Amino acid sequence: MIGAVDWGIVWARIFHPDHVFARALWTTVYISVLAQILGVLLGFVAALMRMSRFSLLRFLSGAYVLVFRGTPVIVQIFFVYFGTNLLFGFTLIRPANLGLFTLNDAVIAGILALGINEGAYMREIIRAGIDAVDRGQMEAARSLGMPYRLAMRRIVLPQAARVIVPPLGNEFNNMMKTSSLLFFIGVYELFGDADVHYSTTFKPVEFFLAVAFWYLVLTTGWSLIQSRIERRLSMSERGDELSMRERLAEVFSPLHAWATRSR
Amino acid sequence: MGDTQPVTDKDRGELVLHAVDVHKSFGRLHVLNGVSLDVSRGETVCIIGASGSGKSTFLRCINHLEKIDSGRIEVNGQLIGYRQRNGNLVEDSEKSIARQRMQIGMVFQRFNLFPHMTALQNVIEAPIHVRRTSKEQAVAEGNALLERVGLADKRDVYPGKLSGGQQQRVAIARALAMKPALMLFDEATSALDPEVIGEVLAVMEELAHEGMTMIVVTHEMGFAREAADRVVMMDDGRFIEEGAPEQFFEAPSHERTRAFLSKIL
Repeated sequence: MIGAVDWGIVWARIFHPDHVFARALWTTVYISVLAQILGVLLGFVAALMRMSRFSLLRFLSGAYVLVFRGTPVIVQIFFVYFGTNLLFGFTLIRPANLGLFTLNDAVIAGILALGINEGAYMREIIRAGIDAVDRGQMEAARSLGMPYRLAMRRIVLPQAARVIVPPLGNEFNNMMKTSSLLFFIGVYELFGDADVHYSTTFKPVEFFLAVAFWYLVLTTGWSLIQSRIERRLSMSERGDELSMRERLAEVFSPLHAWATRSR
Repeated sequence: MGDTQPVTDKDRGELVLHAVDVHKSFGRLHVLNGVSLDVSRGETVCIIGASGSGKSTFLRCINHLEKIDSGRIEVNGQLIGYRQRNGNLVEDSEKSIARQRMQIGMVFQRFNLFPHMTALQNVIEAPIHVRRTSKEQAVAEGNALLERVGLADKRDVYPGKLSGGQQQRVAIARALAMKPALMLFDEATSALDPEVIGEVLAVMEELAHEGMTMIVVTHEMGFAREAADRVVMMDDGRFIEEGAPEQFFEAPSHERTRAFLSKIL
């Protein structure tokens, strides 16, 4: 049966993507980025609530994680998209067109749902990162007269970031793939594009193979970026002294980072 | 050393620390059992005693890293950590506790340098972001401080690349950068290799001779003998004996002090 595959279609989908496809690819990227940012922000707030001395805030943070980690993300997506406006009795989610970002109501609902879901996972990651920083760091900062928030921002969080970034990168990798679920509420993204072509041509192998390739491009590209960020974050910890030239090379040349990765 | 105020006779006798009947428990463990201590400007007081006797806890109470259960602690006449309201003491706000800590420098046993910053960045961090000193001035003062502790050439090195003794000297410079009225040393040499203890003690001795007000929790009896104006013996959450070093080490009057000194000397 392998002979039945029309490799021309696969080839064309990979090397000559049309502009509808490009748009779908871009939609996947910006939905994933925005949802991940929302997830990090919510996770950060929930992590701080978890460490609060007020029991109500700790309870809310716990309930948030319990609910959103304990239910399927597709249920959450449908709930937000179909349920939110009904639940609040007015149109909470409105379409917006911001040029590059066409935020129709399905996209907004999708970003909200994915972001809120992601926040529940990010809370644990961020809390673990903050816990991993030695208690003496906060004490030293406070003994110098830093109020809690300044000490958190200047001393604890930069060190926690080193612990947070690797799992955060994995979360974003997941996010790009999970965003395909938004096709079920009508968002025209990467998977949606493939499915539409499949249903008009009944050639599943060609179109799903091609879209799998593009997901692989996204996740591989991201893992390269991620490893560079991780290297930069661990630099000062290892005590490496870099000259200005090396630092610039580090920031501007992906090739350099790639070539010296095994150092 | 550069910007330490010269000590005049008028300054001496002025109380920097005034601690009265401080109590502190961790759960059922009574760590501080009514501790009182006065330290005058320019004085160096060494607190000695066995592990678990409450020395470090007392030091941490002075800048409110630990809350006290009762008693009062004043630094430069200012109540630390608490505010008087209707005759009761209530815990002070985050902001004003932070302000009070600015005048109290602390050096930790485990250095606690910020590992993501170079030596100089460690030193200028608080002056810039807490005291709101200009960057140029903070850098100039930071360089001078690193020079004072003999580490001018290490200013751009991260703590991970410094020896324990060098890290602790950077930590001392970092605390001094806030121009504190009182310096607390919490077993500052206990985590160090024997061969680098000397370089840290030398910096501390120099500071003491230049008139910095210091409270030093230490097991280094040599330092106590050389640099201290007064030595205080702590046992079971109480100060049981105090005196000038000569008298303290030659003729301790308390049984527990004699037992402790015979073990450690």
